[in-house]
Amino acid sequence: MTLRQRIGPAIPYALLVITVLPIVVGYFWLVLNSFSARTEGLLPVGGLALENWSFLRETPFGRGYPSIWRVTLNTFLVAISMTIAVVLVSSLAGYALSRLNFPGRKSFLSLTLILHAFPSVTLLIGIYFVLRTLKLYNTVLGVGLVMIGFELPFGIWLMKGFFDNVSWDMERAALIDGASRLRVWWEIIIPTIKPGIAALAIFAFISGWNAWLIPKTFTIGAGQQATLSVYLENFQGDTVAVQWGTVTAVGLFQLIPVAIFFLFTQDLLLSIYAGGAKGGA
Amino acid sequence: MKVQLENLTKRWGSVVGADHINLEIDDGEFVAFLGPSGCGKTTTLLMVAGIYKPTEGYIKFDDRVVNHLAPKDRNVGMVFQSYALYPHMTVLQNISYPLKLKKVPKEEMKERAQRVADMMGIGHLMDRKPAQLSGGQQQRVALGRALVKEPNLLMFDEPLSNLDARLRLSMRGEIKRLQMELGITSIYVTHDQVEAMTMADRIAVMKEGKLQAYSPPDELYDQPRTFFVAAFVGNPPMNFVDVEVVREDGDYHARREGFDLIVPSDQGEKAVGKGSVIMGIRPEDMTLADEGIAGEIYVVEPLGRDDLIDVRIGGASVYVLADPTLHLKIGDPVKLNFDAPKVQFFDPETEQSLLWTD
Ligand SMILES: Nc1ncnc2c1ncn2[C@@H]1O[C@H](COP(=O)(O)OP(=O)(O)OP(=O)(O)O)[C@@H](O)[C@H]1O
Ligand SMILES: [Mg+2]
Repeated sequence: MTLRQRIGPAIPYALLVITVLPIVVGYFWLVLNSFSARTEGLLPVGGLALENWSFLRETPFGRGYPSIWRVTLNTFLVAISMTIAVVLVSSLAGYALSRLNFPGRKSFLSLTLILHAFPSVTLLIGIYFVLRTLKLYNTVLGVGLVMIGFELPFGIWLMKGFFDNVSWDMERAALIDGASRLRVWWEIIIPTIKPGIAALAIFAFISGWNAWLIPKTFTIGAGQQATLSVYLENFQGDTVAVQWGTVTAVGLFQLIPVAIFFLFTQDLLLSIYAGGAKGGA
Repeated sequence: MKVQLENLTKRWGSVVGADHINLEIDDGEFVAFLGPSGCGKTTTLLMVAGIYKPTEGYIKFDDRVVNHLAPKDRNVGMVFQSYALYPHMTVLQNISYPLKLKKVPKEEMKERAQRVADMMGIGHLMDRKPAQLSGGQQQRVALGRALVKEPNLLMFDEPLSNLDARLRLSMRGEIKRLQMELGITSIYVTHDQVEAMTMADRIAVMKEGKLQAYSPPDELYDQPRTFFVAAFVGNPPMNFVDVEVVREDGDYHARREGFDLIVPSDQGEKAVGKGSVIMGIRPEDMTLADEGIAGEIYVVEPLGRDDLIDVRIGGASVYVLADPTLHLKIGDPVKLNFDAPKVQFFDPETEQSLLWTD
């Protein structure tokens, strides 16, 4: 084997490693730091320690602040309700947009796309007034509605793409076989786009789990209503020095479910992009 | 079951899918819908199945109007070009799905599905998913699913076009045999004229949503009623030459520059005095001979069993089948002998046959 033959196949890997390296280093530091008393660069100083993780036992902020488990439960509830709402609305709306011909369908579609591309930050002030008028400011319902609203354009567009990929013939075959329209939807179409639904569910869950901007702005912020991201922010108080060790530990803690999800659903997440791209045209 | 279509029309705004189609299919008959892409075959089929609502006209099953019936109440079976199998179900579940919807008891359901599958030669594949089957096997599953509920009408929408040539040939025979054995009234959509000619009792030729002809295969071939039918049916296709028919000394001559053919008076008298008309003649109705109309070989296309040669006669060109052992070459002079009783005449304006009108 010549040198060239040996090096040739290695080049793509080398490139990949170089690109991925900063990310890996970042995560490595995160893990390391959360188990160290102090770090200098990438080296732990003063040996490994578990004290950063003490927040699991007692809240570091004293009385009046919820325990981490309470906060985790909050976050979980927000993420789950968001998942259910987004999947349900997206798959019904996506089916209608893909299959039915109704007035305003075209404009609805382009609006969905525009909203999906719209930077949501610019809408925050407007939404603040809407929420206040509706007396939903500083309520879980209000925050939930806004978060679902921001996720829906993506979800609807994505589901429409998946429905578009289901052949009309299959639907017609089922109708001729003797099924009603609703039965066709439930027994034939939904099962064939299961990967899409699963993927959307994961996306919605993760974006609910990680949400920061909206809960922070229309707050269920501090106190008993806090979610993990907002809770994490308490460490950056103005009065005390930031305890980076604890911050990394909480961050890592928040990351665990997401990491597990990604581990088990990589294939699905790949198919979401493939499916979405095909159907989105 | 007898099927009648009366003035059946489907329009989407200005797009016309099917345009006033009238035809009648007898009980147990096998009818092919033949026509080029986009002529409205699928549209008509889907109206009969109840998927599309007709814009106008009626569909009758055994003299009963069924326009208002939902697909599930029509008891028809359909096989799609794309097979349209349910990917998340096994073969058994696919085939028995129509029975499940009819609430047939579980045991009977399984038994009937198995019987149909055995008949189709896929009885051993019942636990597989469609993705684990070859195209031909998928086709059989689709056929089995259409047959299992014992439909009154069976419809096929280009069922064989995704199969390779050899498999298409054997499936063609199988479908035909099955249909004859079961005696189910069938509509078979295809744009492959060989399929239509070999399988169908009658062929409905369509063009741009309109029914062009509806007759048995041999009649369609020998007595085309329109220019379109003549040009569409037959492979290699019929040759067309512009001629003028005149009467001289009691004989009818079809003439153009460098071309003079005496045609039988039956045909001649219908085309005489009409000015320029289109004469049609099939490639197999001409032979190379020592005597006849002179021309020159322009192109030779070997087809295997025959050579297809393009002969120029004056400004006209006709395709003729020739024996490959003659080793004809481009530029060779040849003489053509026409089987004159086989010629067709068409009016160039209306494109209707001058011979076969009622
Ligand atoms: N849902 C629809 N909306 C609008 N126009 C349609 C629709 N379905 C079919 N058409 C039009 O109706 C005409 C007939 O289409 P149809 O599908 O019946 O053709 P076909 O004979 O089956 O062709 P092919 O051999 O390609 O399948 C075409 O011009 C087509 O564009
Ligand atoms: Mg078609």
